[in-house]
Amino acid sequence: MKSIIACLILIVLTSLPTGSLAWDKQLTLMTHDSFSISKPVLADFEKALGAKVVILRSGDAGEALNKAILSKNNPLADIFYGVDNTFIGRALEEDIFIPYAPKRLDSVDPALRPGSQNRLIPVDYGDVCLNYDISWFKRHKLAAPRGLEDLLDPAYKGLAVVQNPATSSPGLAFLLATVSRFGEDGYIEYWKRLKANDVLVVNGWKEAYWGHFTAASKGDRPIVVSYASSPAAEVFYAEIKPETAPTGVVVDKGSAFRQVEYAGILKNGRQRALAQNAMDFILSPRFQEDIPLQMFVFPANGKAALPKVFTNHARITDTPARLAPEAIEKNRDRWLREWTEAVL
Amino acid sequence: MKKNIYTHPYFMAGLVPAIFFLILYFYPLTGIFAKSFFPKGKLDLFFLDQVLGSGRMMKIIWFTFWQAAVSTALTLACALPAAYVMANYQFRFKKTLRILASIPFVLPAVVVAAALEACVGKTGLASGWAGHINHPLALIFLAHVFYNFSVMLRILTGYWTSLQGEIREAAAMLGANPAQAFFHVTLPLLRPAIWAGTVLVFIFCFSSFGIILILGGPGYSTIESEIYRQAAHLFNLPLASFLSLVQILFTFGLMSLYTRFSKKAARFTPRAGQILLKRPHSPGEKTIVAAMALFIIVLCVIPLISLAASSLVHNGEICLVYYRAIFENTTDSVFYVPPFQAVKFSFIFAAGALVVALITGVSAALFISHCDRKIHSRLTPFFDPLFMLPLSTSAVTLGFGIIITLDHPPLNLRTSPILIPLVHALVGFPFVLRTVLPALRSIPAQMGEAGSMLGAGPWQIFRHIDLPLMSRSLVASAIFAFTISLGEFGATIFTAAPTTPTIPLAIYRFLGQPGAMNYGQAMAISTILMVATATGFILIEHLRPHNSEGI
Repeated sequence: MKSIIACLILIVLTSLPTGSLAWDKQLTLMTHDSFSISKPVLADFEKALGAKVVILRSGDAGEALNKAILSKNNPLADIFYGVDNTFIGRALEEDIFIPYAPKRLDSVDPALRPGSQNRLIPVDYGDVCLNYDISWFKRHKLAAPRGLEDLLDPAYKGLAVVQNPATSSPGLAFLLATVSRFGEDGYIEYWKRLKANDVLVVNGWKEAYWGHFTAASKGDRPIVVSYASSPAAEVFYAEIKPETAPTGVVVDKGSAFRQVEYAGILKNGRQRALAQNAMDFILSPRFQEDIPLQMFVFPANGKAALPKVFTNHARITDTPARLAPEAIEKNRDRWLREWTEAVL
Repeated sequence: MKKNIYTHPYFMAGLVPAIFFLILYFYPLTGIFAKSFFPKGKLDLFFLDQVLGSGRMMKIIWFTFWQAAVSTALTLACALPAAYVMANYQFRFKKTLRILASIPFVLPAVVVAAALEACVGKTGLASGWAGHINHPLALIFLAHVFYNFSVMLRILTGYWTSLQGEIREAAAMLGANPAQAFFHVTLPLLRPAIWAGTVLVFIFCFSSFGIILILGGPGYSTIESEIYRQAAHLFNLPLASFLSLVQILFTFGLMSLYTRFSKKAARFTPRAGQILLKRPHSPGEKTIVAAMALFIIVLCVIPLISLAASSLVHNGEICLVYYRAIFENTTDSVFYVPPFQAVKFSFIFAAGALVVALITGVSAALFISHCDRKIHSRLTPFFDPLFMLPLSTSAVTLGFGIIITLDHPPLNLRTSPILIPLVHALVGFPFVLRTVLPALRSIPAQMGEAGSMLGAGPWQIFRHIDLPLMSRSLVASAIFAFTISLGEFGATIFTAAPTTPTIPLAIYRFLGQPGAMNYGQAMAISTILMVATATGFILIEHLRPHNSEGI
């Protein structure tokens, strides 16, 4: 028995992963599960820093931020990537970031920048809105939806799938779109009627899009909450590239909510200088131009070139739904509570 | 002499689990509770309002209880007749049947959910004849029964087997017909085992997490899954901590009940292995046995087979394409870890968890049995349920606690791969304790006394008397710890470092990706996990003392 245990201990000790030997420094980037980066860009990232880059994916957007807040006295990482504008208030209030103005900040659209003394820097953005399966609507001889109100039409009964805003960041963005559209007094009424019209609520984006959306699964819901850039992904991943995207988006009349993602240097992090270099790299064209095809959102740096599939098929709205960050921070938890009590 | 009791190595052995628990369980929990309840240095109870004033929260608490009660009742209703057959008849393939019935218990919730989907879901194997089951509640109950059937069956069978013979024969002699004998003799005698099984299964269903989250969707929430939602997504730590505390206290109460009943049950199993079970003779008996075997196969085996089948069928043909894909890196993502790696890490972690769980579990068992014998204190009834708590503590609460407490050297474990086997050991520990303790208790005290009379030290007594006598249950519990670590999901998702995913995490990740290829690979790794688990159980069956109780 003893020798078996000794053997097992030996196996455990020898097979634990050891640190990379190529770099003697290391930068840790904490982010959410949807973060992605291509191999060559990561290699350039490491080269630019002269350090190994460890990417710590820590759950979905809200969960990852909560872990960063919990560990603020002794952070798990040097940089956090992916606080979005629905949670920026909490991040700033908890004071977990330090100010730094990276190079090329002036290439970022001022409308995307929060008034946060550069504690958080915009890195990417996208519009959350309704997506629909074009051919499904053609087959069923039904007009495609054009606004949020259409979902209440009895003809659209049982057609839409949305995400639980308490567990999904596009779900939360969509809830905010309805708050912006129907106002503090009207949004809950809208959701109650939506529920009566048999809307399906699932926990996350993947489940909704890849589990129920007719254009992307064997599901039976031709309308889903996703991004205005999702049609580009549909074209990009299609085995035979279609001329036009198989899915359409509903972005007019303030029915899309613009989700902006920020990155920042974590307070009390150990690698201050390295973290500043990393922020510079994140705003550089090399990193920014990698974003569209990795995460299917738009780069914050306006000078970054967009891939063709994006310029052809991804949409951006001129009239996004608007809510002040302060109003979001003040009311978010209450809206979520009211929504949960009314819809679930 | 009295003094020796407290310096006896067996008493000192209690320090091992105590330190283990203090560092990995109580310290993190205290940390997160303190942060939640005393946010600015003083007690803040505003969240009570959110519990008592919320219709939804009340509904969740109510749902948690009634779904657990219904699931437990269904499990008991399925297991009681099965236990009758298992305890009274000897037949071919009985052992195989018992092994097959045991596999579901250690499968992670993601796999159980996938197995049920593969079986009764829209495109499932059984959906042709049975029609597919779509309602989340029906799926939840089915999953709970599927999961806990073997626990109930084992507890009932172990106890029932020992009730054979004289008592019922005496009843028959006195003129009772079989029904009377059952209701007036067997059933009352079985009561402790029924209660023990019921309490344990109730606790498992009460703190059900993965099943509810995956099969229930956002519409159904138990306290456990609501803790996850509140803590991980809404960052409402006070509410999450309060719910965790409620759950822990409630479970502690139930566990105390359970340990009391199971102790009673343990006393009734002397020399059970010598009882000769009859073979079914009359056509009636044969029908009953066959019907029971069929029932177990339908309930436990068909979902497992359909899971394995869906890993072998690609585009309507039987082939190994998914298994081949496990060994290849097909996508070019930075984060892609080949599932084969996951299998490797799982086995490494499981080996580590086994070692830690064995050391701590055996130490705790030595400590408790020593206290039982020598001290007759009121302490043991307290320790026994205490050590069972990790089974029903919310993983997210503990995970957040670990983030805020274990962040300084020498305990900087937050992102260390060492944390995973340690946390798994925390979950496996109660099983080791439950398996080893009855074996230790069954060793007559005189043996050790005789040993020390002849001049043996405590270490020699351990080495030459206790260790050999408990070696079989030791091996069985080691395999328990190993397989539980293989299937553990809830705690792993909070602790696994990005570069060291385990099998259940890989399955979860594959299920979250679109396309037949990902689904097939998820099924293929699930099947590998199932085979590993089954192998573990076959070993247990060979090594476990006949009819020993334990979970």
